[in-house]
Amino acid sequence: MTVATKSIKFIAVLVLMMTSVLAFANDGAQHQENHHEGGNKVDTPEEIKEYIAHHLKDSHDFHFYTNNETGTHVSFPLPVIVWTSEGLRVFMSSEFHHDDAGHVIVEKDGVRLTKIHSQIYELEAGAEEVVFDDHHHAENAHKVLDFSITKSVFGMLLTGLLMLLAFGALARGYKKGAIPTGFGRVLEPLVIYVRDEIARPNIGEKKYRKFMGFLLTVFFFIWILNLLGLTPLGFNVTGQIAVTVCLAIFTAVIYLFSGSKDFWAHTLWMPGVPYILRPLLAVIELIGFVVIKPFSLLVRLFANMTAGHFVLMSLIALMIVLKDLFGPVASTGMSLVLALFISVIEILVAFLQAFIFTMLSSLFIGMAVEEHDHH
Amino acid sequence: MYNLIGAGLIVIGAGIGLGQIGGKAMEGIARQPEAAGKIQTAMIIIGALLEGLAFGALILGK
Repeated sequence: MTVATKSIKFIAVLVLMMTSVLAFANDGAQHQENHHEGGNKVDTPEEIKEYIAHHLKDSHDFHFYTNNETGTHVSFPLPVIVWTSEGLRVFMSSEFHHDDAGHVIVEKDGVRLTKIHSQIYELEAGAEEVVFDDHHHAENAHKVLDFSITKSVFGMLLTGLLMLLAFGALARGYKKGAIPTGFGRVLEPLVIYVRDEIARPNIGEKKYRKFMGFLLTVFFFIWILNLLGLTPLGFNVTGQIAVTVCLAIFTAVIYLFSGSKDFWAHTLWMPGVPYILRPLLAVIELIGFVVIKPFSLLVRLFANMTAGHFVLMSLIALMIVLKDLFGPVASTGMSLVLALFISVIEILVAFLQAFIFTMLSSLFIGMAVEEHDHH
Repeated sequence: MYNLIGAGLIVIGAGIGLGQIGGKAMEGIARQPEAAGKIQTAMIIIGALLEGLAFGALILGK
């Protein structure tokens, strides 16, 4: 009986995964049919490159697919909030009509705005359309301060809301009794895992409690965002370098400001080492703690998630590249199996990266708060 | 062109490193199966440090 229900669950999960791969595949297949106006032959590898690059970047709307025969886009607009030379302007991204090359100009109370490569530009006064120089840089437009709710920002807000609801319910559950109910039963072991396997051994029994809030937040934030990246919604939030930079800066600020007396003594004036070497060591240690450690944290998360998405998208693109060679059915089947395989690995990587980030954060915090016996 | 060769060299280096870490961890676990959990955690941390180095080099070389 239990075996039967388990296998049904397994098949259900498998089918769900396949539909997500198919949704990607659908997205990819649409691009293959793309014929430029004037009957030019389409350079498929070039289109695929563009498609993957577009997926890896942040964007101002959720783009599901484009029907090139009718020219209709199926997408979900997000609000654009920009600070221009004339002040704040707020409107929906659907006003750009999916233009990304600076053709569509939106006029808002005397400010002309356009979107080029997912960046919002403001046209200089009097300019009617964007003029590009030889390097495809806009000559008569400049970037504006962009506070838009982009896809990534939306993903982060969604994650924040999910965490607030789930962990709020878990916390409230403890007022009624010691054992959580419902979804809290899934969350409690994870919280305890972070506490007992990550925070306690690395920070130490005495001081770990103070940092649990940060470590738990960072762990679940990264994990949920990594998993959201595997859904067909196409989030790539932890693959945005700005996001990982912010997370690494949080960690760095926390361990630098909670450093104990011993930590600073060992960093700036290492005892037990010849006096001539001490300034040299201080420089090396300072660079290590202020620059190299946060840098390795941010680069690891960013590169892993970007690489994962890149491989997944490339495998999905295989079906288009190999269509002429193997026929549509065989190429689709092959890329489906490969993409499924990589998706399963990516589920593991999603957890592993959240774990590693939290683990290394707590390791660095542990180094900073540690108190030594005096020799 | 040269950055591709550089990327290849980085990957060779990282591969040797990861192989050493993984192989030694396997040996350690085979010798002392009860310490498997601790060895795994240490292995993942060292793997992550190595990965950070390799990714850093890859991104700087790009």
